[in-house]
Parts: sequence; C-alpha cells; structure tokens
Amino acid sequence: MFKYVKQLTSLVAMIAVLFTFTTETMAAKKSKTLKNTQKKGFVRCGVSQGLPGFSNADAAGNWTGVDVDVCRAVAAAVLGDANKVKFTPLSAKERFTALTSGEIDILSRNTTWTLSRDADIGLTFVGVNFYDGQGFMVRKDSGITSTSQFKDGISACTNIGTTTELNMRDFFNSKGISYTPVAFEKADEVVAAYDAGRCDTYTTDKSGLAAQRTKMTNPDDHMVLPETISKEPLGPVVRQGDSVWEDIVRWSLNTMIEAEEYGVTSANADSMKTSDNPQIKRLVGAEGEMGAAFGLDNEWNLRIIKQVGNYGESYKRNIADTGILPDRGPNELWTKGGILYVPPSR
Amino acid sequence: MKFKKILPQFLTLLFIVLIFGFFTMNAQENMDTRGIEFGFGFLSKEASFDIQFSLIDYDGSMSYGRAYLVGLLNTLLVSFIGIILSTILGIIIGVARLSPNYLINKTASFYVEFFRNVPLLLQIFFWYFAALRALPMPEDASLFFGSSYMTIKGLYTVAPVWNNFDIFFIALIIAIIVIFFFNKFAKKKQEEEGKQYPKFFISLGIFIIIPAITFIVGGVDLSWSFPELKQLAKTSFTYEGGMGIPPELIALTLALTLYTATFIAENVRAGIQGVGKGQKEAAASIGLTPSQVLKLVIMPQALRIIIPPTTNQYLNLTKNSSLAAAIAYPDLVLVFAGTAMMQTGRAIEIVGITMATYLTISLAISMFMNWYNKRIAIQEK
Repeated sequence: MFKYVKQLTSLVAMIAVLFTFTTETMAAKKSKTLKNTQKKGFVRCGVSQGLPGFSNADAAGNWTGVDVDVCRAVAAAVLGDANKVKFTPLSAKERFTALTSGEIDILSRNTTWTLSRDADIGLTFVGVNFYDGQGFMVRKDSGITSTSQFKDGISACTNIGTTTELNMRDFFNSKGISYTPVAFEKADEVVAAYDAGRCDTYTTDKSGLAAQRTKMTNPDDHMVLPETISKEPLGPVVRQGDSVWEDIVRWSLNTMIEAEEYGVTSANADSMKTSDNPQIKRLVGAEGEMGAAFGLDNEWNLRIIKQVGNYGESYKRNIADTGILPDRGPNELWTKGGILYVPPSR
Repeated sequence: MKFKKILPQFLTLLFIVLIFGFFTMNAQENMDTRGIEFGFGFLSKEASFDIQFSLIDYDGSMSYGRAYLVGLLNTLLVSFIGIILSTILGIIIGVARLSPNYLINKTASFYVEFFRNVPLLLQIFFWYFAALRALPMPEDASLFFGSSYMTIKGLYTVAPVWNNFDIFFIALIIAIIVIFFFNKFAKKKQEEEGKQYPKFFISLGIFIIIPAITFIVGGVDLSWSFPELKQLAKTSFTYEGGMGIPPELIALTLALTLYTATFIAENVRAGIQGVGKGQKEAAASIGLTPSQVLKLVIMPQALRIIIPPTTNQYLNLTKNSSLAAAIAYPDLVLVFAGTAMMQTGRAIEIVGITMATYLTISLAISMFMNWYNKRIAIQEK
C-alpha cells in the first residue's frame, strides 16, 4: 500500500488546488476586471490587425487610431498613464471569443453595435465612437459611379465574420441582382485580391474602404461609391456581467466627446480648473465627486483629456490629418450638425 | 491483491473525470454570468449569408445546418481531388526518383526537396496571389480546348446539361455491378481452369456500352452549355453560362497536391526500394513477363510499405485543406467555424461540431485505408 502514498498525496493536493481555484473565482464578484487591471498595471485591449485611422501599429509597434484612444483613455483613468495598454490584434472572427473568454477586457475594434450581438453573445456595447455605414469601392476606369449600375454576375470581395456579409446579401437581394461573394478571413487578403482584379467591387464599412484604399497599389485608381447601404455604429465592447467596468469604459468615451463639446483640450485642460462653468469644472475634476462611483479618484477625467485629448483632437490626429476621411460627416458634434451627443457628466 | 491493481487505475479515471467536470463547471458558470446559453437550436435558424461556391442548392435564406453541409461538401471536394491528384503525381515522381536517367532523377529530387520544405500556407498564398496576378482579365482571356477560358475570376468551361440524368446514373451503377461480377467470374475461371480473359478491356467495354444504350432507348440526352462573355461595366467583364470553377479552389488544390505529392513520392520510392532485388530476378527466372513481375511480385510487397505512411498523408491533406480560409475558399472552417460562428456567437458548439466532423472524416479515411491495406496484404502461408 505504501507504494501509492506518494502518488495519492500529490493527487489529493492537485484536487485541492483545483477546488480553491473554483471557490476563489466565485468569491471575487464585484468589478473583478477593475481589480485585475489595477493589479496587473495595464489595460488589456483588443484591436484590429491594422486599420489605418482606427487601430494601426507603426514599424516600432506603437498603436494609434481612434479605437486605440478609447483604450488609452481607460488606462489614463484607471491607471493614471495612457501608455499602460497591452494591445492584442484580433481578426473579426476571434474578437468576441477573446473578449468573452477574458483574454482582453475591452474590445475596441471598429465593431458594429447590433441587437443580436448585444443581446445574444454575452457582450455589452458601451457607446459609439464612430458612426459608419457600409459602402462599395470600384475601379474608376470601370465607369461605375453608382450602385444602380451594378449588374447580374458581379463579384464582391469582403471579409467574413462581419455584418458586411449580411448587409451585402440584403442589398443585392432587394435589388434583385445575382452576385458572387468572395469572403476572406483577413482584410489584407481582401485588399490584395480586389487589387489584383479578382472582384469587381470591394465592400465593407466606408471608413474601412477609405482606410484600405491607401494600401492599394494605385489608390487613385479606385473610388468609393456615394451610396451607404447600412447603419454601422462602431463602438467599444465589454463583457457582460461587470457593470462597474462597463461604466468606466462608457464614461471614458463620453468624457472625450463632452470635452470637445465644452472646448476642453489636452492643452488647456489644467487652466480649465478655474473656469466659471460648473459643467467644465466637473469635466476636469475640479468640482463634484465624479470618480467615486467607479472607485476612482476625482481627476480620472482630467487625465483622459490631458493625456489622450478630446474626441476632436483624436479624430483630427488619426483620421483627418492622415487623409482618410477629412470630412467628419455624422461624426461631428450635435452642436455642429453631426450626431455626436452624449449624456452629461454630472 | 486485485485491489492494489485496480486502485491506481480507478484514481486516474476519477482524476480525469474531475478535471473534465471542473472545466465543464467553470465554462458553464462563466457562460451563465455572461448570459450565454448552450444549445444546438441555432442550426435550424436562417443563416442569412451567401456562399461563393456550393455543390448543393444554397442561398442565405436556408439554415445554418445547410450552410454547414455546404462547407463540409466543399472540404470533401477539395480533399478528394487533392488525394487523387497527389497520389498520381506522387507515384510518377517517386518512380522518377529511381530513374537511371540523370535529368529525370535530379528534377524529381529537386521537386521533392523544394515543395516539402516550404510552408504550405506560403505555397497556398503563392499559387493564389501569383496566379491571380498572372492570369488575364475575363475580356483578354484566350480560348483553349475549344470552349474554356482561364481568367482571374476563375476557370470557365463547358457544363453538361442532362436530360433524364437519373436513368443514365442508374445505368452507370448497373455497369459497375456487372463489371464486379464479371471479374469474380473471371477469377474463378482462372483458378479452376487456368483460363485468362482480357479483363481490363472487357470491363471497359461494359462500362461504355451499358450507359451508351440509355442514350438510344432511355431518353437520355446530353447537350452542352458554353460560357459567354458578359459586360458588367466599361472595363469589367465576367462569363455567363457554362461552369465556373473559382480560382480559390484551383489554387488550393494545386498547393495541396504539389505539397502532399512530395511525401507520397518518398513513400513510393521507399516502398519500391524496400523490395529485395532477388525478388525481381527470381520472378523473372520463372518466366513471368515484366508487367507480371511488377503486378504480382513487386507491387504487393511494396504496397505494404507504401500504404500506412500514405494514409497519414491523406489525413494531413484533408486537415490541411482547412487553410482554405486564408484564400476565401468556402470550406468547413471558413463557412461554419468562421462566418456562422461569428453570426451566432456559439463558439463552443460550433468548434465542437467542426472538430467532430474532421475527426469523423479522418477516421473514415483511416478505416478505408486499413481495409485496403489488409485486402492487398500478402497472406503469409
């Protein structure tokens, strides 16, 4: 019998370890994500595999883009430093699994907010940081200037795992046009195949088309058609079940948009502390206890504005100045003819 | 003492059950807290996405189950073509490597060394993108074989248009059954009376004549549909009618075939070299013709060396076909574990089904090859 004592004890020990692990996960309930993030010292953020203007890494591995800035804002609020973010590039297919399985804590990857995604698969959308719509790109020399010129037999390149495939079908079906979908797993291959002439048109969100056009051999040979065939509100996503974390991400984004509305920028944020407007004072942490509800200090929003900037600065830096979409269109503040409107921080 | 024997085994089993239990419990709990439900009901829901290439009738209004079937059939199609072509090419290259001709011998070894040492995914990308760039646009394509066009959008060729295809199909099956019984009869005759028939030519004759009769009396009719150039826009063309084979399928088949054939070629070479020289000489000395030597003496001994590792290659080819997702060939992984998984969010269920499917395909191939191996194995007396 003694022969097995050693094996038995190790077995019992392993089982014991398993059980303590289980009970621990059950006990830690209230904003586990915030606690873990502060313990780790960085925000785990899921981004795209390279979409200029939204999330794109340069040769040195520095990430930039409006989606990236949302994660940076959360890092500034929670950890005090906008650079304490670990970015995980994800394909469209992997993104939700990475989030629900806990590999990342924020998914900020030009993801469309839809009912089924919000309700079905254990995700919560916290807001919209870019209003987009699906469009078509064609070669200029084809002479096509409108989707009404599409004919039976057209082939359309796109990538899988997105709402694009569904919108495309709805669009062609409603027009009664027969088409060939050519769906790739990654955006780079879609661009390469369309560029080579495999497809007559390339369809995805218009912002994506504008960004990917810059990657073509001759960007000037291609144009985006004026029609928009769907609503694509893009925004950051968190796991369902941690409402505190959800609120932190939501209000980090809202802070950036509201700061633009009140003219608070990274340059003047400190001086705004002495503003006469109580709304502005709340935005820079000089009045009220705006961070307490999240378990954060009072200057969480000031740090976001100082380190990342307001939404307008982020848009200009990433999307307008890079020549992707100089015109803000619907992504302008509601006070300036756009539809960006966020609830007040108070 | 029996107890001492059983206890460790029992504990190991208990341990495995506990581990599985732990993971299941954890997964369930995590899914509960995030509001994810487990179930296969989604398979009957409307898929609402279209698929580029399908062997069966499919459009987006059909169910996810149907989309699964489309993906499965596409995987089976590319695996089947790949296995056939790589076997043929593998045998040719394998024999060429043993050729006394310096040029043939060196070309074959260069081919083997090159294609088996470059990662398969790279080869797939190469054939897809290099070929895409090299192929002409539809309007510039030149005719070959009288009615086919090879273009960047695919291979457009003639399609058969059948009348009463089912009658023709039944005739084919009847022909195969007749051939089977004829061969049995011929074998018996040879064993009992030593009489030999020209089995191959008679079988071929049966295979052609029986289905041909249906054209005369069965009302079977065959006509052809030819691809025709169609203008979509000023500089954009496509072909209509006929049969279109997507470039993704061609590139994938090509890459899988060229890659797997190198390994099969090495198996074939090993098999032939594994049969002693004396065997051949002994067979020749009792008066067998060279083709009989190959068929009756060399091959049965070589095949038992060739088949088991070749089975592995068939399995590899089938599993490697899942790299299709990279170049938009709508196989099981792209359609089901890709789009369908994304639209439904049922990661656990869909990955589970996909894994079970590949396992089933692989086991089926294994079983068939084991059966074949047993059948042709030398019965030692």
